[in-house]
Amino acid sequence: MAKDDKTAPQTLPRYSNTFTPDVNAEIRRAAATGIYDIRGGGAKRKVPHFDDLVFLGASMSRYPLEGYRERCDTNVVLGSRYAKNPIELKIPITIAGMSFGALSAQAKEALGRGASMAGTSTTTGDGGMTPEERGQSKTLVYQYLPSRYGMNPNDLRKADAIEVVVGQGAKPGGGGMLLGQKISDRVAEMRTLPKGIDQRSACRHPDWTGPDDLEIKILELREITGWEKPIYVKVGAARPFFDTTLAVKAGADVVVIDGMQGGTAATQDVFIEHVGIPTLACIREAVAALQELGMHRKVQLIVSGGIRTGADVAKALALGADAVSIGTAAMVAIGDNDPKWETEYNALGSTAGAYDDWHEGRDPAGISTQDPELSKRLDPVEAGRRLNNYLKVLTLEAQTLARACGKNHVHNLEPEDLQALTVEAAAMARVPLAGTSWIPGQGGM
Amino acid sequence: MQIYDLEADGLRGLNAALQGASGNETGWEVVNPRGSHAIAVGLDAPLDVTVTGSTGYYCAGMNSQATVRVAGNVGPGVAENMMSGTVIVDGDASQYAGATGHGGLLVIKGNASSRCGISMKGIDIVVGGNVGHMSAFMGQAGHLVVCGDAGDALGDSIYEAKLFVRGSVKSLGADCIEKEMRPEHVEKLTELLEQAGIDANPSEFKRYGSARKLYNFDIDNAY
Repeated sequence: MAKDDKTAPQTLPRYSNTFTPDVNAEIRRAAATGIYDIRGGGAKRKVPHFDDLVFLGASMSRYPLEGYRERCDTNVVLGSRYAKNPIELKIPITIAGMSFGALSAQAKEALGRGASMAGTSTTTGDGGMTPEERGQSKTLVYQYLPSRYGMNPNDLRKADAIEVVVGQGAKPGGGGMLLGQKISDRVAEMRTLPKGIDQRSACRHPDWTGPDDLEIKILELREITGWEKPIYVKVGAARPFFDTTLAVKAGADVVVIDGMQGGTAATQDVFIEHVGIPTLACIREAVAALQELGMHRKVQLIVSGGIRTGADVAKALALGADAVSIGTAAMVAIGDNDPKWETEYNALGSTAGAYDDWHEGRDPAGISTQDPELSKRLDPVEAGRRLNNYLKVLTLEAQTLARACGKNHVHNLEPEDLQALTVEAAAMARVPLAGTSWIPGQGGM
Repeated sequence: MQIYDLEADGLRGLNAALQGASGNETGWEVVNPRGSHAIAVGLDAPLDVTVTGSTGYYCAGMNSQATVRVAGNVGPGVAENMMSGTVIVDGDASQYAGATGHGGLLVIKGNASSRCGISMKGIDIVVGGNVGHMSAFMGQAGHLVVCGDAGDALGDSIYEAKLFVRGSVKSLGADCIEKEMRPEHVEKLTELLEQAGIDANPSEFKRYGSARKLYNFDIDNAY
């Protein structure tokens, strides 16, 4: 057969699993620009996740509860260790910290409306507290961040809880960069910065350098606020056993662990994808630290990073968390990446469902922007209603699963209710591989 | 004058009393501080508080309106995140003095350690002696006056804070440069020295501030 015979069988073009089309595209982009990619959101690559776990449900050895009829409670108390006024929420799902500046005022208002309707809390972010946010959020957690932009003792007193942010799941050890397009007059004023500059957020607190200092810092915050408010300590998931131990030692009422799927307003893609550990991997380590200290359920644990469904909620609780927190999912619920803006996402070189250039401030959905014309597109009342609906669904789903496991409170879910579909998930969640009693690293068969 | 014995009556009682003080109870003396942390924090009234002795971390943290004088030395983070009012330290200050302060005047008659005025956001700080390394790091607004010498990396990554140093500067941080001392700067410096009660000749000072080359991210500035 002649070499140039077109009728001869041909090999198909074969893409490399190493040099995939998206890898090659990034190489070309880097070669053209000389700068790393900056984006928002959390890790996008596939990592062991809650989807790799299944509930066993009740059959003979366990007795289920009747769906929709028998009671399954969802309330949670946060800050019962030291605070005079711990927070009681109707549902164990909170809204994670997202700043006015990264998000539009309308988006922040929508988050407050939706969370309040659902009986849960919202959280401020870099840039301080806005009157709209305080006004719409029945329960508001005030973040005390390394940058201290907009940090104000009056707002501290107005908050229901204080969250000392040490790190985020998207970038443990990293600071932030809010590009000048989003430093509007109001954002610049709140942060004491010139308008239009690229704002840096420090990667470390300026006035303490470790857990011993943090303990004294927490004392100061408590003294300023009369020991009334719970103090959370939020860390990006990197060394959850030790970080939880040190946060408890420093006096935290609540520890927040943010896994690598947790989002950010803007940071380097290489950081988001390659620093930190998956959310699934950090829960049992954090719980083990609390148990070792005799503080499980006394110091509450909130887990965040890639929570999407009631199943995720229920699994996190079963592994020992007291509550979860959602950020990206809340943004999607109020309209981020909605297909109705597909044409405009396309014009930005993206598509609905994958848009993550939040730092550019051109979000067609009016959420991750300070552009007044774009921001106007988001109706905070309607968006708040959508968030409330979404939170209701998460709660109903978690309750349904809990009842199926015979639990009359979602906090009664336990690791024994779970098995894993993969060895990796079994090892990280410390539950048996499905169909076996084998937990990798812990013997069994 | 109210006298509060911190050793006998405890920190919570002190701060609760000061935070709730009103009417004629404006003058307070705190005795036996013995290096305690978080003394006189979160004040929000025009009180006049004197701490007789040395303090630990975060003395007068987040102060508003009050005048707090420490007749001794202070630990790390004195007047951190101060909003307004005046804090005067007769002795020396440890690291992070005036960190992230948004307003008011912090006077340190002695020396301040490293990171003095770190992330300052509008506070005015006058130091009678020297300041340590990384002072005014990421300083956004306000004034830092150093009557002695400054350590390494003064004003690293500075935004719009204005720095005045009479003595030597060991090194300037990224984007921090010496700037012309114009009449309005001499006027402001004179005012600050007077407010601080420090006798120094404004003409002996040099001014430092931002070159503004790092304001917008440029890959050529990365190193």
